[in-house]
Amino acid sequence: MSVWYSLMEWLPFAFVRYDFMKNALLAVILLAPVFGLSGTMVISNRMSYYSDALGHSALAGIALGTLFGLRDPLASMIAFGILFGMGISAVKSKARSSTDTVIGVFSASAVALGIALLSRRGGFARYSNYLVGDILAIRPADIAILVAVLLLVLLFWIFLFNRLLILSVNASLAISKGIRIRLIENLFMILVAILVTVSIKWIGTLLINSLLILPAAASRNIARNMRQYHVLSVTFSWIAAVAGLLISFYLDTAAGSTIVLCSALVFAVTYFIGQQKN
Amino acid sequence: MVKNYLIGSAKKLSADSQEGRVQNTDEHHHQAHEAHPVHPGHQLQLENVSVQRGRDVIIRDISFTVSCGDIVALIGPNGGGKSTLLKALTGEWPYHGKIRFQDRDGKALPRPCIGYMPQQLLFDRQAPLTVADILGAHHGRWPVFLGVRKKTRKSLTESLKRVNAQHLLDRRLGDLSGGELQRVTLAFALNPVPDILLLDEPVSALDETGKALFYQLVKALRDQYDMLTLIVSHDLDVITAYANRLIYLNKTVITEGPIETVMAGDPPWLKGMKPETGGLS
Repeated sequence: MSVWYSLMEWLPFAFVRYDFMKNALLAVILLAPVFGLSGTMVISNRMSYYSDALGHSALAGIALGTLFGLRDPLASMIAFGILFGMGISAVKSKARSSTDTVIGVFSASAVALGIALLSRRGGFARYSNYLVGDILAIRPADIAILVAVLLLVLLFWIFLFNRLLILSVNASLAISKGIRIRLIENLFMILVAILVTVSIKWIGTLLINSLLILPAAASRNIARNMRQYHVLSVTFSWIAAVAGLLISFYLDTAAGSTIVLCSALVFAVTYFIGQQKN
Repeated sequence: MVKNYLIGSAKKLSADSQEGRVQNTDEHHHQAHEAHPVHPGHQLQLENVSVQRGRDVIIRDISFTVSCGDIVALIGPNGGGKSTLLKALTGEWPYHGKIRFQDRDGKALPRPCIGYMPQQLLFDRQAPLTVADILGAHHGRWPVFLGVRKKTRKSLTESLKRVNAQHLLDRRLGDLSGGELQRVTLAFALNPVPDILLLDEPVSALDETGKALFYQLVKALRDQYDMLTLIVSHDLDVITAYANRLIYLNKTVITEGPIETVMAGDPPWLKGMKPETGGLS
């Protein structure tokens, strides 16, 4: 961290005087490729609703963590997120209802459970910071967790991306090529569960899905192949994250929502470029 | 014995028993087609294969033996279980019974490589995905989100040349016409060159000339690689011109054998084939 701090001191901006801004900047620089990469396949596998539901279900993970007396509910959030994902996967493979319906049922139940437990004796206000998150509260120790998540996503993309891509195109085709689609699907669901729940504390349950979806959706507006799709998605994610953080500092707005607004702006620009091209 | 394979294991087709598994790897392809370019007398044997979904029996007691080098037409009425049988072979559907890949003496062979062309390739047409991306994703371990390497592109161009589609390498999958998409899907099924090629109504998007060219291509591939080809089709005219064996399926095998034997004497099931589905001219 000291190297990062020294590097920051070279910048001629007011925000570098504050350690919390230096930490937050490093955090968004690490988080941006995590969301930029994962978002591409979340969209291609039509999992936007799943990741949104995961974000909301984190409330139940927090509630269970506090129930078990954990000071930091991160472990219970991750565990609950993974169980949530596996539960959806197991039920949707056997249920007669559509995937959307199954996710809706799980999501509503998890949110209700979370609110019910957290609101016991009128204590919900204490947890409202999880709704919008606070990237400025990130500590150097948290940065290590983000590095681990980034490495996890990179490893998944290096070793399993091709199979996930074929699966996203057509499941029958993937099966014919010997791809174990349930395994790949479940591993990807677990990965998304981990990255969403880890980031919730800093981004918030209300905004987390926007960060995952918007950069990839913006990239999709103009990309023609997989390489462009990923390069643009990560680039847009970086631009929105850094710009959003700095704008929020100078305008004194919430960092998470400002980053999302920047992503939305990038989406709007690429949408019109895409329309022009077509 | 019921086999409860996970959907996606794609490992139903057994080399030596019901517990055997199919693997479609490049390594396997190289072993199968560089060291042993043909399959002398290799056979696919099905014994009492049944597929059930819930309480509905979709196919029951399917038994037949076909050999590498055969082009086998699977025909029958809609809902007769033709596509289901192919999906049991790819591993998508769990089944009862035995599926074996064996030599002429009945000795189990290593897991066969399967190429499959679905009836209709349903996918997201807006996806930023080129032909090179999808073919490259199965070509090797290099992750295609980093781009398709020069060496791979060369190899993929060769694969596409087999189906006269080399000019489509950099086209977006969603921009292809029905016929182009079918050729690309065939190239995907043929990469690596499979031991068994399964084609589920492969020419539905083609005109008469396109159909004839497609089947000529399949026949040429069979001659070159000695693969076993199973084609689901309603198009009896084309099938009789290119296939050498025929299986008439209506939940179970009604009749099967060499085309000329099966079709001899104008069998009653032929009259049941509806002309509007392309059955008879």
